[in-house]
Amino acid sequence: MPSSSLLDKAAKSKYMDLKTFGITQAMYIWVDGSGQSLRCKTRSLDKEIKEISDLPMWNFDGSSTGQAEGSNSDCFLKPCAMFNDPFRGAPNKLVLCEVLSYKMEAVETNHRQTCAGVMNQVKEDHPWFGMEQEYTLLDVDGHPFGWPKQGFPGPQGPYYCAVGTGNVYGREVVEAHYRACIYAGITISGTNAEVMPAQWEFQVGPCEGIKMGDHLWMARFLLHRVCEDFGVVASFDPKPMNGDWNGAGCHCNYSTEKMRLPGGFDEINNAVEKLSKRHNYHIQAYDPQGGKDNMRRLTGLHETSSIFDFSSGVANRQASIRIPRHVGEEKCGYLEDRRPSSNCDPYTVTEVIARTTILNEEGDVVLKLNC
Amino acid sequence: MPSSALLDKAAKSKYMDLETNGITQAMYIWIDGSGESMRCKTRSLDNEPKDISELPMWNFDGSSTGQAEGSNSDCFLKPCAMFNDPFRGAPNKLILCEVLNYKMEAVETNHRKTCKEVMSQVKEDHPWFGMEQEYTLLDVDGHPFGWPKQGFPGPQGPYYCAVGTGNVYGREVVEAHYKACIYAGITISGTNAEVMPAQWEFQVGPCEGIKMGDHLWMARFLLHRVCEDFGVVASFDPKPMNGDWNGAGCHCNYSTEKMRLPGGFDEINNAVEKLSKRHNYHIQAYDPQGGKDNMRRLTGLHETSSIFDFSSGVANRQASIRIPRHVGEEKCGYLEDRRPSSNCDPYTVTEVIARTTILNEEGDVVLKLNC
Repeated sequence: MPSSSLLDKAAKSKYMDLKTFGITQAMYIWVDGSGQSLRCKTRSLDKEIKEISDLPMWNFDGSSTGQAEGSNSDCFLKPCAMFNDPFRGAPNKLVLCEVLSYKMEAVETNHRQTCAGVMNQVKEDHPWFGMEQEYTLLDVDGHPFGWPKQGFPGPQGPYYCAVGTGNVYGREVVEAHYRACIYAGITISGTNAEVMPAQWEFQVGPCEGIKMGDHLWMARFLLHRVCEDFGVVASFDPKPMNGDWNGAGCHCNYSTEKMRLPGGFDEINNAVEKLSKRHNYHIQAYDPQGGKDNMRRLTGLHETSSIFDFSSGVANRQASIRIPRHVGEEKCGYLEDRRPSSNCDPYTVTEVIARTTILNEEGDVVLKLNC
Repeated sequence: MPSSALLDKAAKSKYMDLETNGITQAMYIWIDGSGESMRCKTRSLDNEPKDISELPMWNFDGSSTGQAEGSNSDCFLKPCAMFNDPFRGAPNKLILCEVLNYKMEAVETNHRKTCKEVMSQVKEDHPWFGMEQEYTLLDVDGHPFGWPKQGFPGPQGPYYCAVGTGNVYGREVVEAHYKACIYAGITISGTNAEVMPAQWEFQVGPCEGIKMGDHLWMARFLLHRVCEDFGVVASFDPKPMNGDWNGAGCHCNYSTEKMRLPGGFDEINNAVEKLSKRHNYHIQAYDPQGGKDNMRRLTGLHETSSIFDFSSGVANRQASIRIPRHVGEEKCGYLEDRRPSSNCDPYTVTEVIARTTILNEEGDVVLKLNC
């Protein structure tokens, strides 16, 4: 039985109601050296925080998170986006940060810096993103939550958007997370149970520019933190179960202002054309292992396209890019890039989409999937 | 199952809401004969004390706390610092006390008295301290909380500042303690999960002079009392687990006014120079066993320096004294003495730092680490 959920929530609640006399707790949150895990620590501030500029720079021991050597271990935390804290309540804050080295340069897994640079260049095009974050709930033994121990539930079919005992596993976590996101100020647009039992999805967006990455990373943090309270684990692995079980992705819906205006369908097709010429460049950016994670998911089965081939089509869930049916009819709207892995870095994903379709960068790469 | 956690919190809560008709409960708290454990007892007062001077002297049976003989057992409690009581609520108080013997002299483990005298001598230098208190949560069987029984979790790496089930053990305790400290009026500046699972840290400061010891001891009392509500144990042992597991320290951040002003870097370097000449004198003061406790922790591994050698460096977490990176850049600020053990007496630590760096006392000692 995992530890946090062993401790009595009633015992804690009276402490959480104590007056705080104008002290604000600010929890600084960052992406660690793995490029997938998040870390956090808290500081007290003796004033109310109204905006991000009220928050000071901070630092941490990068040698403990795979981001620095022990002999020269200070890394800096630069506050970038602020949210309400659903765990500690008002006026406390959650602060998403960029990590900088001792030379004040972006560390290896700080992909926000270049993303913000690109989003600044393309701001007149008003790029909007909406990302569909899939994930799997696991029990502390690593087996999907609710699955029979040392066993499997019945085959996929009844679980997608389901209701009823035995059809959905872990709805409590999803409900709590949705409310936490709303309170925090994250643009969470929806949620649904997914095809594999214990797999769920939430959608964040539409977010313009850099906000997509900020809101999605913070939503992931909230999920991990909510899961602590329930004693389950949220996994962003793109293929948690081998066999006839769906993987998990993070489809990226995308549009520019031109695409959204009447007649924007041409602009959408232009974008698809540009994307088709840089398939490998995008694949490399769509998971933290340069494509090796997505190798396990993008097989061409289970509503995925093959990792090796680019394809697109209206209402086609087996394509790399799907144009929603209603967009095909209204002749304007957005496209859905179905390639990003559930554990992708949203800063990287949104950056490469902007580079290819707005900055018109060209040229493809060779995928290095062995080793 | 530990007893306090067995008793129904709901049963207690209706009593805690009863009117108190102007009676204040004052809990007197002191350090016992071990120099590490704390004791407490409560008296009723018929007004709310507004100032420490309104609190009367009290006494207790020192033969029950290793502080006096049975035949002449009265020890005196002299109120020194007052805090709000987060357990009983307003207007009740927690009173940190000095212990005096029947001759009104400081008992052996009352290190506050000499500390206060030194702080009085150096008050024009405005010495500020901030101490980083590390501790380990244990289950009632003595094994770290959340660890598999008769076993170990995965190796260190994922736990520092972590989020998520399986990555953090015992966050409820930490959240409750932080709020309790804020309510009590302790200058708690932050908290984070530490490198070893079930190990945590909170920081108290900046505090000037004698307040460092007062606030840290009271914060420790609050931690033990909060842990009662959850049925877990807070251990301040500096090396609770042998093997490839971090120990627990109480790093002391320190500055004088001169160090904080522009150009203060020279003053910091002077202080480091003076400290380098009295390494053993400080080591002896940095745990309650004259160095024998720290012997188990300061090995040169696990982000510690060796107990035998003095070293210092900018951003170097393997040195005795670390100068933070930003201090090296801004050329003023503070230094971090990483040598004190988690179970140190903060009065002793702050006193010897002031003696060496402000009173310029000289001369070192020989460590007696065997026997």
